[in-house]
Amino acid sequence: MPNILVVEDSPTMRQLISFAMKRISNSKVVEATDGVDALKKLSSEKIDLILADINMPVMDGLKLVSLVRGNPAYKNIPIIIITTEGAEEDKKKAIAIGANAYLPKPIQTQELIKLVNSFIGG
Amino acid sequence: MEREKNITKKADEFLQIFKKGEEFTQELLKENEKLRFRIAQLEETIERSGDEARIKLYEDRIKTVEDELNSLKERYKQVEEENKDFAVKYIEVEEENNNLANLYVASYQLHSTLDFNEVLKIVLEIIINLIGAEKFAVLLMEDKTNELVPVATEGMSIADVPKVRFGEGIIGTVAKEGESYFSENTHREGSAPDDRPIVCIPLKIKEHVIGVISIYSLLIQKEKFSNVDYELFNLLAGHAATAIFSSRLYTQSERKLTTIQSFLDLLKEKPRR
Repeated sequence: MPNILVVEDSPTMRQLISFAMKRISNSKVVEATDGVDALKKLSSEKIDLILADINMPVMDGLKLVSLVRGNPAYKNIPIIIITTEGAEEDKKKAIAIGANAYLPKPIQTQELIKLVNSFIGG
Repeated sequence: MEREKNITKKADEFLQIFKKGEEFTQELLKENEKLRFRIAQLEETIERSGDEARIKLYEDRIKTVEDELNSLKERYKQVEEENKDFAVKYIEVEEENNNLANLYVASYQLHSTLDFNEVLKIVLEIIINLIGAEKFAVLLMEDKTNELVPVATEGMSIADVPKVRFGEGIIGTVAKEGESYFSENTHREGSAPDDRPIVCIPLKIKEHVIGVISIYSLLIQKEKFSNVDYELFNLLAGHAATAIFSSRLYTQSERKLTTIQSFLDLLKEKPRR
């Protein structure tokens, strides 16, 4: 059963992504409201994929990606960045710091499911 | 002499009989040959007629198999067509499912709290995350001044959004008439928050307009509105209005309750002194 960590400060987006992830068979969603909360969840649960927003309070998504990549215990976890920034340079920046994929908002659920499946082999 | 004659006569007779026998034998041999030939002919005819029957049988079988093949081909074609239809329907259902999920989440979140500021925050979240707007404002009707006053914004400050008189300009007209406004050009140059939004949605409780959502620009990656966006606009027009109105009333009544409670506490305390 793949565990997917959804890191989003917006409850609307968290609920929407969790809804979409329910359609990936056997997946379990773990929710976090910011980067710090995500690191706590990473230390307490085995996570197979991270879906993270960039703009979040306390700790943003980019900082979270760099911390995850710098930790040998988590460095191989695939990370998908979901954000309102749609410019090409934002995408390049996210990939450069270690994100595996980038999805601009508003998200297309089918596209998200397809992308998640490509990492967790659903 | 007589004896010799007899012997000769008998010999002649024997020769005659022998000749006749020879002739008869020849005839028998000929007849035998004829019969053999006839038998061979008959055998050949029988064999040929057997082959023809077999050929006929095979031809019939081939025809049956060909008919079955054609029928299977036809059925395969039909199944392929049905599959295509199912695939198209599946995509449609998936899309509808996703749209319903978006609408459900939006509706669920809007009615998840009675805190006025939280409701406004949720309205902003829906417009950013589900619709993909970059700059927009929520303006509420001020009955005393007959103006639409900005109460929440995204991508700009509240101070940048001017108050709008009821019935004036695009925003005022939307508030007055209660009909949504959609500009033909969704990515207009110079998206300053003036009186020319690209989308303006009235917030309505039945026919009573309590405010508007005015969108000035979309996120760079949002090229155009989809069907679900229009559904979301409709949902916002009704549900956001109810949620905003109820939470405002609740917040006001909570405030009044606190004031009354404080006043009652004060009255209770006085006699003790």
